[in-house]
Amino acid sequence: MSGSQSYTAGVVDGTVPWTERGLLKRVPGVARRRPPRRRDRKNGLDWTVTEAKTPRMDHLTLLESHAIFVLREVAAESERPVLLFSGGKDSAVLLHLAVKAFRPGGLPFPIMHVDTGHNFPEVIKFRDELVSRLSERLIVASVQESIDRGRVPDPGPIASRNRLQTTTLLDAIAEHSFDACFGGARRDEDKARAKERVLSFRDTFGQWDPKRQRPELWHLYQGRVQPGEHLRAFPLSDWTELDVWQYIAREGIALPDIYYAHRRPVVERDGMLLAVCDWVTPAPGEEVRQETVRFRTVGDATCTGAVASTARNVAQIIDEIAVSRVSERGATRADDKFSETAMEDRKREGYF
Amino acid sequence: MDLLRFAAVGSVDDGKSTLIGRLLYDTRQLFDDQVAAVEAASARRGIGEVDLSFITDGLRAEREQGITIDVAYRYAATPRRKFVIADCPGHVQYTRNMATGASTADLALVVVDVVNGLREQTRRHACIAALLGVSQFIVCANKMDLVGWDQAAYRAVSGAVEELAERLELAAWRVIPVSALHGDYVVDQSDAAPWYDGPTVLEALEDAPAGAWASGHGTDIGGGARLPVQWVLRRPGGGRSYAGMVNGGALRTGEAVVVLPEGWRTTVTGIETYDGPLDEAPVGISVSVDLADDLDVSRGDLLAAGTKPPSVVKDVVGTVCWFSDRPLRAGDRLRVKHTTRTTPARVTAVRGRLDVNRLEIEPAVELANNDIGTVELTTAVPLAVDPYRHDRITGSFVLVDEGTNATVAAGMVGEPHLAAGAADRAPAPGTAAQPV
Repeated sequence: MSGSQSYTAGVVDGTVPWTERGLLKRVPGVARRRPPRRRDRKNGLDWTVTEAKTPRMDHLTLLESHAIFVLREVAAESERPVLLFSGGKDSAVLLHLAVKAFRPGGLPFPIMHVDTGHNFPEVIKFRDELVSRLSERLIVASVQESIDRGRVPDPGPIASRNRLQTTTLLDAIAEHSFDACFGGARRDEDKARAKERVLSFRDTFGQWDPKRQRPELWHLYQGRVQPGEHLRAFPLSDWTELDVWQYIAREGIALPDIYYAHRRPVVERDGMLLAVCDWVTPAPGEEVRQETVRFRTVGDATCTGAVASTARNVAQIIDEIAVSRVSERGATRADDKFSETAMEDRKREGYF
Repeated sequence: MDLLRFAAVGSVDDGKSTLIGRLLYDTRQLFDDQVAAVEAASARRGIGEVDLSFITDGLRAEREQGITIDVAYRYAATPRRKFVIADCPGHVQYTRNMATGASTADLALVVVDVVNGLREQTRRHACIAALLGVSQFIVCANKMDLVGWDQAAYRAVSGAVEELAERLELAAWRVIPVSALHGDYVVDQSDAAPWYDGPTVLEALEDAPAGAWASGHGTDIGGGARLPVQWVLRRPGGGRSYAGMVNGGALRTGEAVVVLPEGWRTTVTGIETYDGPLDEAPVGISVSVDLADDLDVSRGDLLAAGTKPPSVVKDVVGTVCWFSDRPLRAGDRLRVKHTTRTTPARVTAVRGRLDVNRLEIEPAVELANNDIGTVELTTAVPLAVDPYRHDRITGSFVLVDEGTNATVAAGMVGEPHLAAGAADRAPAPGTAAQPV
């Protein structure tokens, strides 16, 4: 698919309302046509009134409609849902879809970030600005607090905290009695995720049992759980990396700056480029060098690699990933390389 | 670009995962690191060549046993179309997972080992796919290399498939001789079978019409739009809008609708999306609907337009695929989820069980795990249903165990639609409810 095709709006001659609320922000490289519109101002909220149209049903519109369907269905059937947000592109898309599903009302669930304490500062800044613009409720579940409270052993200042997140996440789910957690995971990311249902059941220990998944027929999402059990719901299950970027382009979704090419000091470790920061310092024999890079995924800074890239905007990123020979997680995630079934093993323990 | 969803089905060990692996490998859909990981996993198990089934069999237990346990979803694109692939398990124990994969498919890719021909499990899968409304089959006569590309072996499979296709009233089907292991006729043409001049599997997949589930949703049979209400959106400044996904046909502003099961008549005054209002909302789109009258409409209600609204019933005759070790019997209490409504229900009768070899319904008093049968249910609140063959959304339901919350059956409103054999069966005595 060529980049130019993907910039047409899903609603022919439609508008881009809610801009002031900040979710929809201009993204470099995306030209949007904005027809004139008039506004109804009621209670300080905008309900944009435009000339009515018929939408074009391309694959992005269908993926969007299905994701909105899942969000509404799970929100309606669970007592205490929550949306898990990492600050990465998939959770930015998920939050954008949640806003589309429930505006003009507020979101019927809080947003929760499991904070490893090893984040890229650009991501935390992005998270805080976005949540405040949306006027939604943010819960931060802190891995550092889990360490301080002795829930998990301190792995040391520079070790990856990827696996520790599971304890923090499950503790937060128990503390708030959440019975459904929306996540931005996609089936094309990993061979274990490829096996997971849109609504994925977790037992009282937070565990996923891939051999005993509930049948999931048609779009009859059945998410009833007992107290102590919970669901993970993945509205982006059927989206590919390319779909996500094409949708970001179409909708003008803002992302942390580190997704776009920039120069920064890096060290090469285990075949990956890691950003030099407080938790990633050059080991003996490692050389710090300035590179033009971008991040294809966003996670814990100690295990998320950068890729050499000059793609400075969405259009260039789409062109880049369309010809990439390395998968998104293969290029950037040390946490998937521990073993053949690293993702399955973590998911069984209750990981995202 | 359009999108075809297909499910690879068939009996265990007939080569479904290897075929899907071959298809992805030969169309270069795999990233270099994924290929390297599969090569390493094969070498670790002492498998000389690359085991293509590892491309979709990603779970530890699957690789240990060399079987598929649950559906793997893979995504592929050629210059002609996009594909969503559901690689389903063949083992009878995991029939529920096969039904999961097939329930959203446009097309079934049926894999048959030519050495063994069509087995009971192949027939069960074909039956379930057809009952689920998948009416185009591409049948791969696989492992042709093991029979020296003998045309007679291919003919035996295609003869059996033809008979099956007639009974299941399939809209379209073809049989392709392949070797998934070596790649003949999967993506690339081959000279292994000079007697075969048809398309490869990939060519056939690219040519097949993308069906109703390309949109992920119901079929448009002219019955008019249906919108099961998922969520009530409150407007700033007052007013309510009813959110849900359109199916059954396009919904238009100004159209008269009936709220079911209540039967209230009103008019659509607006169709809203975040991106602005719509004159017409096509099938498969999530919207919210404004109504002219201030009615007590809530989640679980259904808005229906057109002259053929769904029937409002408490007694439902349904075809079910049963997925529990505990048998289904008359008198059982279960929960039904139909569209956005969940209600308690009682099984009033088990009418019969489908013999998947003879494709006939025989009398039965219970359904065992993985059986397909016809049952009668009485629900606590009325449901607005269409026959499944007319509408996959308003015609489908699942049954849920009230104790464990497990999904124990896939249900379709109406009796199974089978050509000769089932049609001439006398109705079971003493049953009042008619197919809806």
